[in-house]
Amino acid sequence: MDIDKKQVRDTLVVRLAGELDMMVTDRLRQELDETIDQGRVRMLIIDLERVSFIDSSGLGVLIGRYKKMSALNGRMFIVGAKTSVEKILCFSGVNKLIPLYKNEREIISN
Amino acid sequence: MSVKNYVQFEFPSKPENVSFSRSCVGAFATQLECTLEDIEEIKLVVSEAVSNSIIHGYDNQPNEKIRIIVSIMDEGTLEIVVQDFGKGIQNLDQAMEPAFSSDPARMGMGFTFMKSFTDELDVVTAPGEGTCICLRRTFSRPDEDDFPEGG
Repeated sequence: MDIDKKQVRDTLVVRLAGELDMMVTDRLRQELDETIDQGRVRMLIIDLERVSFIDSSGLGVLIGRYKKMSALNGRMFIVGAKTSVEKILCFSGVNKLIPLYKNEREIISN
Repeated sequence: MSVKNYVQFEFPSKPENVSFSRSCVGAFATQLECTLEDIEEIKLVVSEAVSNSIIHGYDNQPNEKIRIIVSIMDEGTLEIVVQDFGKGIQNLDQAMEPAFSSDPARMGMGFTFMKSFTDELDVVTAPGEGTCICLRRTFSRPDEDDFPEGG
């Protein structure tokens, strides 16, 4: 899995590519937590446009980062999920905690 | 029900084999009349079952054995058996509850996905002996009556 992070002021955008399963969750969790723990991140945007698969291991990482951001009084969004991934996010109820948007512009306009 | 075709394979309990195993089963399932969406759901349930074996059955020990037998039965039923020889599930009823997980890093949706995206789920488990998960899903085949007679 490719993990591309870009931080502008207090917003961290993380673009993921590949399959989000237990093979990559430890590394992803560690990379996200390290960046968040360095401080100043108050908005976390996870871009799943190039993620082709997600299972409950991947969902666990997203929910864990949601809890972390909430504890910091921050916010978290998911953008770009393709239909098959969005279906799992909605089925699991993740979308009720972490709002889903088509892209970053849609977050700003909302 | 008779078996029309089957594949059996074993692999060590390494995380990199989760993707391999679900892709294998997904590819095998294309022999049935199923959609891409169906294949994605099959891959998901295999991913959950194999991840459960690695994480819970073997406590992430990477060199234990996982066996998968996937069969196509008559009437278009896909049967997937995922077997490990690990520590077994202590409390199966609790493990099958949505959002329950003994691992705080996981979401505890594994059995919920398995139940939701298959028609039948059977779990046989014994402490110290392992767990065998059997998933069945029947795919509708186009009825010949649905097609107009050819000229």
